[in-house]
Amino acid sequence: MAAARTTGGGSTAGRLAGLAGLAALPAVVLGIFFVLPVSGMVARGLVDDGALDLAGVLEVLGRPRTGRVLWFTVWSSAVATTVAVALGLPAAYALYRLRWPGRRVVRACLLVPFVLPTVVVGVAFRQLLGEAGPLGFLGLDGTARAILAGLVFFNVAVVIRGVGAAWESLDARPGEAAAALGASPGHVFRTVTWPQLRPAVVSSASVVFLFCATAFGVVLTLGGLRYASVETEIYLLTVQRLDLQAAAALSIVQLLAVTALLLLAARLRAVPDPTVARRSVPPRRPRRTDVVPLAVTGLLLAFVALPVAALVTGSLQPDGPDGGWSLEAYRALDGRGTAPGQGGTALVVPVTEALVTSLRTAVDATWMALLLGGLLALLLTRRSRSRTERRVRSVLDGLFMLPLGVSAVTLGFGFLITLDEPPLDLRDSPLLIPLAQALVALPLVVRTLVPVLGGVDDRLRQAAQSLGAGPVRTLVTVDLPVAWRPLLAAGGFAFAVSLGEFGATSFLARPDDPTLPVVIFRLIGRPGPLNDEMAMAASVVLAGTTALVMLLVERLRVPSVGAL
Amino acid sequence: MRRTTVPALLTCALALSSCSLVGTGDDEAADRSTGDGTTEAGGPVVLVTHDSFSLPKKLIRAFEAETGYELELRANGDAGSMTSQLVLNVDNPLGDVAFGVDNTFAGRALEAGVFAPYRGEWPDGVEEYALPGDDEGVLTPVDNGDVCVNVDTAWFDEEGLEPPQTLEDLTDPAYEDLFVTSGATTSSPGFAFLLATIAAYGDEWPSYWEDLLDNGAKVVPGWEDAYFVDFTAGGGGARPIVLSYDSSPAFTTTDDGEDTTTAALLDTCFEQVEYVGVLAGAENPAGAQAVVDWMLTPEVQAALPDSMYVFPVADGAGLPEAWAEFAPRPEEPLAVDAAEIDENRDAWLTEWQDIVSR
Repeated sequence: MAAARTTGGGSTAGRLAGLAGLAALPAVVLGIFFVLPVSGMVARGLVDDGALDLAGVLEVLGRPRTGRVLWFTVWSSAVATTVAVALGLPAAYALYRLRWPGRRVVRACLLVPFVLPTVVVGVAFRQLLGEAGPLGFLGLDGTARAILAGLVFFNVAVVIRGVGAAWESLDARPGEAAAALGASPGHVFRTVTWPQLRPAVVSSASVVFLFCATAFGVVLTLGGLRYASVETEIYLLTVQRLDLQAAAALSIVQLLAVTALLLLAARLRAVPDPTVARRSVPPRRPRRTDVVPLAVTGLLLAFVALPVAALVTGSLQPDGPDGGWSLEAYRALDGRGTAPGQGGTALVVPVTEALVTSLRTAVDATWMALLLGGLLALLLTRRSRSRTERRVRSVLDGLFMLPLGVSAVTLGFGFLITLDEPPLDLRDSPLLIPLAQALVALPLVVRTLVPVLGGVDDRLRQAAQSLGAGPVRTLVTVDLPVAWRPLLAAGGFAFAVSLGEFGATSFLARPDDPTLPVVIFRLIGRPGPLNDEMAMAASVVLAGTTALVMLLVERLRVPSVGAL
Repeated sequence: MRRTTVPALLTCALALSSCSLVGTGDDEAADRSTGDGTTEAGGPVVLVTHDSFSLPKKLIRAFEAETGYELELRANGDAGSMTSQLVLNVDNPLGDVAFGVDNTFAGRALEAGVFAPYRGEWPDGVEEYALPGDDEGVLTPVDNGDVCVNVDTAWFDEEGLEPPQTLEDLTDPAYEDLFVTSGATTSSPGFAFLLATIAAYGDEWPSYWEDLLDNGAKVVPGWEDAYFVDFTAGGGGARPIVLSYDSSPAFTTTDDGEDTTTAALLDTCFEQVEYVGVLAGAENPAGAQAVVDWMLTPEVQAALPDSMYVFPVADGAGLPEAWAEFAPRPEEPLAVDAAEIDENRDAWLTEWQDIVSR
């Protein structure tokens, strides 16, 4: 380090300029589509008659209800994150390190909940847990435990995929050597595997926490009216009451809390030497000692399958549980929700058309997220040569996580009040939806790539450069081979986020060209002889499409990866 | 390594670019910006609406062909969210004309001066739905529907129990644990039901709600939770009394279509009317007025029940068969003045929330 600091000032300035160049595009995007809208919305709440009104904000924060809401948000997110990590770690091991038939399919299936519309899953969950449901005897309907189960259901995939991508290419030899020297599996994990895995685990956990803390549909549907989180409260204050001052107060608290969390995560993530030997490791057959992770994976699969099975059966029983089985709801999907003898048009567009819109939007969101996320990941993982440089990097790192921690309502309303004048009159732009979705997916992309790119030994790059390779060639020959699989994983993730995104999309979607989640939401929000079943059928279609896309992404492979 | 990666990447890029949105929607955006500032007939007209807006595309194309305007739709969340956004953007409106502000949110929009005065030719029957207190004449009624308590008559027949009739009946121990409603803070029908109780009980409404909850009424967040999960006739739930609409019985007909298995309690109804209005500061006011007139044409009025599950306001618009037969309307629905709603919304919702979470 001491040696690094003595590098000449001129070259430091040059490096900083390079840094700024890489950061320019992501920074501009973040500035326009996040900082501007959110600060615009918060400013609306804080400024009263042209004067800053902080007393009002303090009054809002002093309300007992605000305290309850904050506490519930932090508590429920922390517990749900812990459970998701506890279940996700063994599953990531079983799915990415072990070879057994069907693991690819299981991997794809476990990602399905991530894209399911919360409102429909909420209804499916409640049909299971409700007073008359098959699991009604558990008495979970409308309890905090139901909310926790819902949060874990939706987010465990983040841990599995995030950690799995890092675990997959971890060199097994040091662990095997330790084992050969007599270390127990637990000991090997603690001393060899965990230190190498920690950055990825902390990364995933912080993303899950943010997702939980800003969950909207799950808290409302499963918790009933007894529980309120910061997110549901901001919705209520902004939309129902137009009490922008109180909403701004909560948004500020949200931002501060997220910043604190990110600082903590950065500290926990930091390891003395992030360099990790990576090579493509063929997954091995399960041994007797792998029983526990395999069992956890099985349990998790059952837990995820239960509400999905409820969805499928619901969609196949248009006359309720006592009626017969039929594909009526699926047939209605392309016929715009016809009601027998009524000629109703519950759908503006056939579900097939909405699916195409969703897929096209997802393609855009994915390349945007990968482009921005890739640039950022490169930027964040280059070895820093000075303290300023390191500080700039860590600030940037945190900054791009913020969009996950901010209310979709604040962001959506902010879009409309700030991006309304030339040259930024973007309220009409067809790219607004994929961009909003890409911002949501961006932290996932960055958090998947950074642990892997950060693990590349910088000496490899230096060696490539001293052999005459330019920056691009170095990137292609050194970074790309190790980052290829995580890049695919991240792309798949971004795609899934976009397919399932509802919060921001519902504010921005064109009603005559809706995405699938928006169509599903509309179907279930109104009476109609088949609407409930059609919403479930459309959700099954969405889930199936997602699983299929994930499977295809896993199939995409480059033969020479690992030929370092 | 490069020999295989580069072609693979290129193939992916090409495959993906063919199904991207980029380049398809930009033309529309470009068209729109060239039309800015022009007020002559034709050009784009932007209709701001909520996410349940739906009309057959055929009708929209006919409107465009007839008037030369190009109708662009923009949805902004639910009716409440849309109204809030209209109020926040009053100085730089989101579009030219807005549809979907209802009588529970109209006070907020009027107070903020969101709409500009316009009144076209109103067909017979529309006048009776005009918003009381809209002295400037900015809002034109388009559709209406009543939020009513519904009962599963089949369930009551089977149990040999007389179904309830009135709001008061819902607090009768005979109907203990049988009622489910959606919340006033989280759903639009839920708020309408709160208003129904306020209209019926005046300042005494909090004690009515306490009785209701003491009698085991269940409050869930959304209409879909109540109807599709907890209602016996909706999704196999456990409660035969639910908050829904007066049109709902038309969707629970028996297989032969001869009868319906549910009924709306006509003494418990609160009327919701949805309005359309020209936005103050619209770029294309002439187009906006054309849209307002279009919403009252016989074609659009007749399409409302099937498209948006609401009743038309114009006389003689015609109803689907099942609606005419199985969805009787209340003679005199309960009502609360729009200005009064705007004034008291916060206080009522806060008090309601306190009672429910107690």
